[in-house]
Order: sequence, then C-alpha cells, then structure tokens
Amino acid sequence: MDLKLKIWRQANTNSKGSLKDYQVKNVSADSSFLEMMDQLNEELIDKGDDPVAFDHDCREGICGMCSMHINGEPHGPESGTTTCQLHMRKFKDGDTIYVEPFRAKAFPVLKDLAVDRAALDRVIQAGGFVSVNTSGNTLDANAIPVPKADADAAFNAATCIGCGGCVAACPNASAMLFVSAKVSQLSLLPQGKVEAKERVTNMVNQMDLEGFGNCSNVGACAEECPVGISLENIARLNREYLSASLTSSK
Amino acid sequence: MKLDSRIPEGPLEKKWQNHKANIRLVNPANKRNIDVIIIGTGLAGSSAAASLAEMGYNVKAFCFQDSPRRAHSIAAQGGINAAKNYQNDGDSVYRLFYDTIKGGDYRSREANVYRLAEVSANIIDQAVAQGVPFAREYGGNLDNRSFGGVQVSRTFYAKGQTGQQLLLGAYSALSRQISKGKVKLYNRHEMLDVVTVDGKARGIIAKNLVTGKVERFGAHAVVIASGGYGNVFYLSTNAMGSNGSAAWKAHKRGAAFSNPCFTQIHPTCIPVSGSHQSKLTLMSESLRNDGRIWVPKDLKDAEAIREGRLKATDLPEEKRDYYLERRYPSFGNLVPRDVASRAAKERCDEGFGVNKTGEAVYLDFAAAIERYGKTEANIQGIDNPTKEQVKELGTKVVEAKYGNLFAMYEKIVDDNPYQTPMMIYPAVHYTMGGLWVDYNLMTNVPGLFALGEANFSDHGANRLGASALMQGLADGYFVIPYTIGDYLSEEIRTGAIDTNHEAFATAEAEVNETIDKLLNKTTKKHSVDHYHRALGKIMWDKCGMARNAQGLQEAIKDISALRAEFWESVNVPGSKNEMNPELDKAMRVADFMELGELMCQDALTREESCGGHFREEFQTEEGEALRRDEEFAFVSSWQYTGNPSEAELIKEDLIFENVELKTRSYK
Repeated sequence: MDLKLKIWRQANTNSKGSLKDYQVKNVSADSSFLEMMDQLNEELIDKGDDPVAFDHDCREGICGMCSMHINGEPHGPESGTTTCQLHMRKFKDGDTIYVEPFRAKAFPVLKDLAVDRAALDRVIQAGGFVSVNTSGNTLDANAIPVPKADADAAFNAATCIGCGGCVAACPNASAMLFVSAKVSQLSLLPQGKVEAKERVTNMVNQMDLEGFGNCSNVGACAEECPVGISLENIARLNREYLSASLTSSK
Repeated sequence: MKLDSRIPEGPLEKKWQNHKANIRLVNPANKRNIDVIIIGTGLAGSSAAASLAEMGYNVKAFCFQDSPRRAHSIAAQGGINAAKNYQNDGDSVYRLFYDTIKGGDYRSREANVYRLAEVSANIIDQAVAQGVPFAREYGGNLDNRSFGGVQVSRTFYAKGQTGQQLLLGAYSALSRQISKGKVKLYNRHEMLDVVTVDGKARGIIAKNLVTGKVERFGAHAVVIASGGYGNVFYLSTNAMGSNGSAAWKAHKRGAAFSNPCFTQIHPTCIPVSGSHQSKLTLMSESLRNDGRIWVPKDLKDAEAIREGRLKATDLPEEKRDYYLERRYPSFGNLVPRDVASRAAKERCDEGFGVNKTGEAVYLDFAAAIERYGKTEANIQGIDNPTKEQVKELGTKVVEAKYGNLFAMYEKIVDDNPYQTPMMIYPAVHYTMGGLWVDYNLMTNVPGLFALGEANFSDHGANRLGASALMQGLADGYFVIPYTIGDYLSEEIRTGAIDTNHEAFATAEAEVNETIDKLLNKTTKKHSVDHYHRALGKIMWDKCGMARNAQGLQEAIKDISALRAEFWESVNVPGSKNEMNPELDKAMRVADFMELGELMCQDALTREESCGGHFREEFQTEEGEALRRDEEFAFVSSWQYTGNPSEAELIKEDLIFENVELKTRSYK
C-alpha cells in the first residue's frame, strides 16, 4: 500500500516544530506501524535526509516505550493496542496519516516524536512501592493468603505499561489513570495496605507537582489505554485519597 | 592466563552457606563512601541496584531506555521457577539443581547452579513482599504451572506477564532508593567503555543519548547487567535496543568471554512473514502445557496446506503427526527448548512445513479446549453438553490462562488461534554465553562484575524455561549483595575515584574517535540496518540451529569482510551533539560485527553437539545431539587479542562430583 504521512518534526526541546509531508510506497499490510516508520527512515537515510526520531523498544506491546499520536489518538485508531502492535492492515491504500508526539505539559518533546516521560518515574519514586528491603528471611510467600479476586484485581491494575497514553488522551493531560493503577494494585494486597495512606498522598502530590492536570471524569484515558486499565481504578484512588486525607495522623 | 572459579570448599549443599559465613564484609560507615556503577536495569540490574543501595552503597544506575521499567526483562512471559514444592509433587532444591544441570546438557558449574536453586525460594518470598501479584488459587495460595524439561510444577506466574510483574517489583524497589538519593539514575545513557586503572575497573564512559555528550563516571566497582546478545542475529525476540556492547567492551578491556556460541533458539515464536520484519515475537513456552505441536503426516497434505487448498482443521487426527509426542513420549510437547526447536526444523527441512515459506508448524489448542470444556461442564452441572457448549466453555478457560498471548498472536498474524491452530517456528531468544565470572560473579578484571544474562554462569548449553527470571533475580537480590563485599572490603581506603585520571581521558578520546569515524565518511553507501540484516543472515544460516565446520569457516570470513565494508561506507546521518538513534544503533551493530565472529570461532572449536549448539558432524543415528564429554566438558573462555576470531582460548574444566554425566534423554 502507498501512504501519505504528515509527521511532526522538531529538532529539540527548545526549537519550534511543524508537520512535514512524506510519502511511503509499497508498505506491506503485515508490517507494524513502527516497521512502516523504519521503512520511511531507511528511505530518508538513503536520500541523505534526517530520519524521524521515535521511541520504541520491545515491539511486543509490553515495555511501554513506543508512543506517537496517530490520527489524533495515542497509539492510533485500534483500541487496546500499542503503536508497535498496530498493523498497517488497519489502514487503507492511499490514506493520509497524521503522526505527532504525545502532547502534555509534563512530557516535553525531546526530538520529533520522542518525549520525556520521566515525570511518571518520579511519581512512582514518590510512593509506588512497598517499603521492604531485600531479605532472605522475609515471610514465606504463602504465609498470608490473598483472595483470588483481590489478587486478580491487583494484577489487572498492575498490567499498566507506563506508556503515558492516558495522559496524552486526556484533555487535561492528567495522569490519574496511571497513578490510580499503581495505588490500586498495592492497596488491594495485604503487603501494600500498611503504608497505603502515605502512598496515595505522596503520589498524588507528586503528580500535581509534575504539572499533570486534574481529572474531570472524561474517561478518554481508559478508552485509549492499550492494556485496558479500567476507570474503576480512578474511583479507588479517589476513595483511598479521601480516606487518607480524613484519617491521616499527619 | 588461568581463570580461577574460586568455588568454595565443602559439600555441594554447604558451599554457599560456608562462603557467606566466611566472606569479607564492609561495615555500614564504609559503605557510604563506596560507589558502585550498575549497567542495565532489568531484573538483575534493578534488583542489584536496589539491594546494594539498601545496604548503604552509593549506586549509579544506567539504562539506555527512557525509564528503567522498559528493560527487556519486562517481556518475559511464562514464569519463574522456584523450589518451593508447594504442589507436593516431589520438588526440592536438589531436583531443581539437577534439572538445570541436565537441561544445560552438563556444561555448567555444579556449585553455581546449586546456589541458584538454593536461593530460588527466597525470590518468591521477596517478590510477594513487594506486592507482585502472582496468580493464586481460590484458597489464596500461589498457583504453579509446568515448564519444559521438568516433571514437576514449580513455575510461579502472573498470566503471560510474569517478567513484567517481577521487573515492576524490582523497579519499585529501585524507585524507592532513587527517592532516598541512594541511587542516582542515568536514563537514556549508554555505556560505551569500561575504564580500568592499574588493572581494576574504576568507571565507565557513557553517552547521554539526548544531548549526545560523552561523559565519565567513576566508581569502586562496575556491575554489568546489560542482558544478552541475541540481536547479533538481527531477527530475534529481543527488544530493538537490546545489545551486547557493554559486555563486548568489557571483553576488549580484558574480561574473558565464555561460551559465546551457546545461543537459545526458542521453539514457539511467530514465524517470519516478510522482509519488512524488524523483530520476532515469542509465544510463551507455557503454551506447550496445553498446546499440541504437529505437522501433516503426508507430504501431499503439507503441500496442499501451504498452497491454501487445505485447512488445518479439516485434516483428521490420523493424518497428523504429533512429532514431539511420537519421538519423546515421556516429555511429549514439554521437551526442552533446544530439542523442540531442532525437531521443528527437522520436520520443516523434510518438507512438512505449513506456511507459505515452509517454515512453520502447528501449535494446536483444540484438544485442550475440549478437555477444559468438559471439566467446566461437569463443574457447572451441565449433563450431556453439546459440542458447541463444550467448545465455548473450554475457550473461556483457555482465554483466562493465555488470553493476552492469543490476542497478541491475532494482532500480528490476523488469524484467530481459538478457531485455527497457531503457526510457530523457532527464533533466537536467549544467549547462555556471556562474560566469564567466578563464584562471586566477578569477571577476571578485578572490580568488574557481571549478572543475569550478561554472564555465562548457570545455564550451560541450554537454559530451561522460567529460569532466566530466576537467575537474574538470584544474582541481583541474593548473590551480589554478599559477594561484592568480598572485593569492596579492599577498597575502603581508596577514596573517591578521580575521573581526571589519564585512563578516563584515553577511553573517552577513543569513544569520540569511534563516533567521528562513523559519522565522517567520504562514501556513505548503506544504512546501519542494511549491514545488520546482512550480519543476521550470515549468523542464522551458518551459526544458527545447525552448524558445521565449513559453514562456520565461511561465516568468519564473511563477517570479517562485512565488517570492513561497514567501517568503509556505513551511512550514519546527523551529528554527534544531538539525539541520534541511528548513531547509537551503528555503535551497537559495530560491536555485533565483532562478537558474531567470535561466536562462530567458538562454535567451530567446540567439536561436539550439546544443548543449543548442534554441530551436524556430531549426531547420533537418530539425529540427537552427540556430546563428547571426554574432550569437551569445559567452559570455553576467550581472551581478546586484537582480532575477534584470533582470541586466546582458555579452558575451565567442568568437574562433576554430584551428578553423573548421562546422555540427555527425554524419550
């Protein structure tokens, strides 16, 4: 298939960017979106042009490194799919495709389609953990039984890949879905309950500090999430946060 | 040169305990004055960084990705082994040890493997304490499943995302130490050289991948946990950025590289579909718990299927060849990876392949869906369920177990694996070879350590499924925190490392020279990928699933010629003082071009077949691997001398005092 591409080009964080037109021909319908970008880049390199910078790594939909806003949606038009798992058979011959970086105040553009998402790491550093040191003498793994339903719900929340697609989808560039996934996972498990109050407070504070917007219940985050993190997690985060602010001894 | 593995004295089951009791320690006040650099933030790197920081060391952690959570451990699917014996099915530390030694085709050290089995149970306890949501049974206890090459269920899992959950656990622990300032994280940084002063590792040269700036970092010890080098084959299940450069640079600075030819070709990957393909995708080995592997019995049927005239589902049972069940009745579809891969290649080479390229076999879930469906109907009290009902109920069970894998398959292949059998073919997955380390996980360069897939130590010639996660975390959580002290106790009087030392200046200048050489060319012919693909083809054709002397000799020449052409005319766009992913890729591929040559040399030297290394000249009449213990029961370690394939070979004899060397049989 032959495609027209309008791709955001920006030399670095401080320079101005703009959409540039490209054409790519004879794209296999079986190739992934990133493989189509590889093809374009190889052609650009052969012509002596500057290839398009974009983030990617595992290409299996699990590392969360690929990003891209494709035709106005994070990770493109197919639901439940990362950009690396989006295949060209989902497009038609002759299509014009808009490719932009994730847009959010907390995600400055580094170059072209690559953005800095370290803000998400700093939110985890603020409290997305259980304060337990490595020890060869910790409790036996089966010492505390965990109801299967809780374990499964914690797992579902824990499958967040940290791509930031939720932030890019949100009109407020809020990171509520991301933060709520970690808060949910740990508050559902007995191991995480001990410091649940400090965790939710610290993580929400850090989220605000990083310049992420507020949640206004639009729900675009969950709609666009490539791994199906549910809005229930935001409800749980709000409950945890409210409960922490009402009962915290601090 | 001689390599001393420094295996502790005493009986096998006491070695680690004794060693820990007698090892030198660093007191807490002194730990605060000691810096440790860790390269890579996968399971081994993150767990080591977190644990060492918790103990009080100052850690500098490096990853080339934008976040430590992206490291490719995240993609591990099936599970993690541990000798917990929760299933009461006869498991024990000894049995896990024995399975690993046997699975590795008797090419690993007894003492290292025993220690791995010994600490395996602690890993599960640690992960649960961190909030890793493993799969559980209704009673609230942890669930297990079975993996290839073993007859017990000792694999802990979190659906098909076990690596993700374990890595996020380690990443959480790491994040906690970053927040305390005990770990300084350098994301989007790539190590480009290790710096040695008076023979000791004293730091690294790294490139900031956003600004392009080449920087110096000093430390009292450098830990390489940068993963494996499977991307030397171009197409593999590794992430696009996975590379062997950190280990290779260490090798060029004097660290011995062991068993480079031991590569694991994983049997269940999605087959290659065309030249556009940039990587291959694994379908977890756990699928072999329930999937049955087959090809048609008759060549005519295979041909009809390839040409699209016949569908897999239309072929009756008696016309199918479940070749693993036929050849290996006692392990069936759960034979180890090397055996399953070779068997698939054998059938496809004979003309029984089932996709257009003739390089695919079926992995069929119809029987499992029916079996689970019937059980589920019983549970729900449905008498005489219809075929459709059974199928529907069974599909739900299979979906709960492997849903994400099936969805991934469907996205890539555009075919529904619940309805028609999956097509799979072997692909490069893991490298057992790596930097030589002693029992303390230190390379022969004092102060330079290697953990996880980056070292050679535990898996011999073939790694068992669900053992990579185990080894990465064992090394990072439970081995290095003890053993690094043995070395660092000598460093308490050293003081801060001076990065103005001329050794740093020289290494930095050399890195800059390499970068300039790549960027400034009079003729720019082809992109980096062009050369990488060419290298991958040589490696796959001549140093892949089957190898022979002639092919390997040709490969060494071909790689050497390709490397010369690469340095002559590779086209790297852009400049050095900017974010330049093509330049980063070029530097990785440059190293692969050298490493690939050493792999071929190692494969040529090892005149036997063992594990993932299959030399066509050495096979039994039935086509099974023919090991030659008399001559080859040793670790091949290579010392760099200036040309990859002219490295000096150092042999470390493998001494088996506790297991008897047997011909590995899964029949």
